[in-house]
Amino acid sequence: MNEHLLSMHDVTADDVVRILDTAESFREVGTRVIKKVPALRGRTVVNLFFENSTRTRISFELAAKRLSADVINFSSSGSSVSKGESLKDTALTLQAMGADAIVIRHSSSGSPYQLTKWVRGHVLNAGDGTHEHPTQALLDLYTMRERLGRLEGLHVAIVGDVLHSRVARSLSFGLVKMGAEVTLVGPATLIPPDAPAWGVQVSHDVDAVLPKLDVCYLLRVQTERQRLEYFPSVREYSRLFGLNRARVDLLPEGSLIMHPGPMNRGVEIDSDVADLPQSVIEDQVTNGIAVRMALLYLLLGGRAAEQQEGA
Amino acid sequence: MAGPELLFRGARVVDPAGGRDAVADVLVRDGVVAGVGPDAGSASAEVIDADGLVLAPGLVDVHTHLREPGFEHKETVETGTRAAAAGGYTAVAPMANTDPIADDASVIAEVRAAAARADLADVFPVGAITQGLEGETLAEIGAMVAAGVRVFSDDGRCVPTARILRNALTYARAFDDVVIAEHCEDASLSIGQQMHEGIVSYSLGLAGQPSAAEDAIVFRDLEVARLTGGRLHVCHLSTAGSVELVRRAKADGVRVTAEVTPHHLTFTDEDLRTYDTNRKVNPPLRSAEDRDALRAGIADGTIDVIATDHAPHAVEEKEAEFDRAPHGTIGLETALAVALTELVVPGHVDLPRAIEALSTTPARLLGARDHGGPIEPGRPANLVVFDPAEPWAVEPPFVSKSRNSAFIGRTLTGRVRYTVRRGELTVSEGKATR
Repeated sequence: MNEHLLSMHDVTADDVVRILDTAESFREVGTRVIKKVPALRGRTVVNLFFENSTRTRISFELAAKRLSADVINFSSSGSSVSKGESLKDTALTLQAMGADAIVIRHSSSGSPYQLTKWVRGHVLNAGDGTHEHPTQALLDLYTMRERLGRLEGLHVAIVGDVLHSRVARSLSFGLVKMGAEVTLVGPATLIPPDAPAWGVQVSHDVDAVLPKLDVCYLLRVQTERQRLEYFPSVREYSRLFGLNRARVDLLPEGSLIMHPGPMNRGVEIDSDVADLPQSVIEDQVTNGIAVRMALLYLLLGGRAAEQQEGA
Repeated sequence: MAGPELLFRGARVVDPAGGRDAVADVLVRDGVVAGVGPDAGSASAEVIDADGLVLAPGLVDVHTHLREPGFEHKETVETGTRAAAAGGYTAVAPMANTDPIADDASVIAEVRAAAARADLADVFPVGAITQGLEGETLAEIGAMVAAGVRVFSDDGRCVPTARILRNALTYARAFDDVVIAEHCEDASLSIGQQMHEGIVSYSLGLAGQPSAAEDAIVFRDLEVARLTGGRLHVCHLSTAGSVELVRRAKADGVRVTAEVTPHHLTFTDEDLRTYDTNRKVNPPLRSAEDRDALRAGIADGTIDVIATDHAPHAVEEKEAEFDRAPHGTIGLETALAVALTELVVPGHVDLPRAIEALSTTPARLLGARDHGGPIEPGRPANLVVFDPAEPWAVEPPFVSKSRNSAFIGRTLTGRVRYTVRRGELTVSEGKATR
């Protein structure tokens, strides 16, 4: 594996299998009474969150703690960042404190890349702007493999605001890498014009796509005003693309409904659909911890082992 | 003003205005060219061996940001003109987007006074087209013309409506040779833009500016120039489409000139894959097809001049998240070498055409009569002498106060050895003299 995890382009198909297999072995830890292994004892993991995200931060925090690492949470509110300290100075400070890994979430695309120029530790991208969110993609791949037994040949539709979605980007790259068939579905204004170059299909007719799917992956629809320029109304979006009971009936038996959260119930997904048995949204959350444990272990553990061998 | 008597011996003199491209000696005395030819010598002159070097009229930049007044932490008139001299420039035209904005004669006078104190290059301030660069009310163009301003631009911003541009182009016709220079960018297609819109912007997750944002406004502006008969200059072309629009308008007789920057002649959007904020510029670096069209445009004369758009920013401003870093690269110290490396060495243009685009034509555009040649006895001695073959690696520090160069890490061919401004060496043996 690469030294950092910044993009799904940083991992090969073999890496993905290794990450998912490692996550598999860590999943069991979460079912124990004492949910902890000593793999990263004495290592320091910093969660550097410049953008609010309770679920991703908690997931990383639990992952690091279950590996016995020391965890520092650094959020933009209430820290020196709000006093005007630059990303670079913040990074150098954390470096000086001996961070072995930095998990960064930032609203600016590319900031994890910039961080790698300024710090020596491993950098994990926990979501950067509209660029990528590779750990989300990996936990989604884990969930699909666990439920459906394979990734190769799966047909997955990613429905919604693909244009602004880092999840859609990372997941598409990951699925294509693993041999799945991907269709991006949404209003034409919300599908990147270069999408065919990703090796995916594009459709604007969700009803035509649903009967072929193994996985229907819904994206959160942003309802801030600037996003509303892209389609006439939430009501029209919901009518054309929202997953309701009638549409669920178009899905083949055994197919999955997924969502990276947080959901807009009644917009991209009807409330009762979210609670159906084929909806595996809670599994995604649980699997996220195991996948992040695997990533921290593989990135940090590898180096520790080398150092010990050298000593 | 006059420096020592200097004799450049055996240089290849490239002087498009004088129609010369031949080896000759050039004698400089009392601030002027005293002789050109095989026997231009003088017993008392300091002899500089220029064998293998090129001697040309000093370079002239029609598009510079000197940042003074208001942004002296990025650049000052003194540091900027020293950087200009280091790059072989003897005249530069600082843009009006200072603080206060150069939209009246008093700011113009302040910039001129700072330039006179620095005494490193001739400075031709550009005046704002509209008051406060706000695109609503015309600035006092007449007062600024009386103060010697020739080129007007709201650079950094596009004149928002065709109506205001129409009034500016029409109003300016009352004054001799006044030029309205436009930054062509449709604001509504550019909201939040970080780079060229295309496959790379989507893969980097950065908001893009489509080529249409430039093409649409270039088209609008050319039609308004046609309508008014006014004199339009299009700043920093970046798209194949706008090159073609300018080419057709020129064929129709529209009074238009155009410029291109060294960085648009070099880079493409692929060069942003490392999120290097020094390559975040506006207009953005575009596709290889666009870059090739710009090179062809400079070769066939559709694009008249190479202008740096030297845009200094402090380190801490550029060392930020990509979408928070300001647009711009410095360019004065690298422009000549970039033109040689990207245009002359690969054979897109010959050396006289490069000098014409870097000196002769920009001098005419600015009305800088003492610059751009011809290199003839009695003419003010504004000259550059450079080694056309010397390779060098672009690395900080720079002479400029800032170091946000898109070219850091590149190896360029061609290095300035001497810059002569009004008979005095501002650069000697590759080093600033003061």
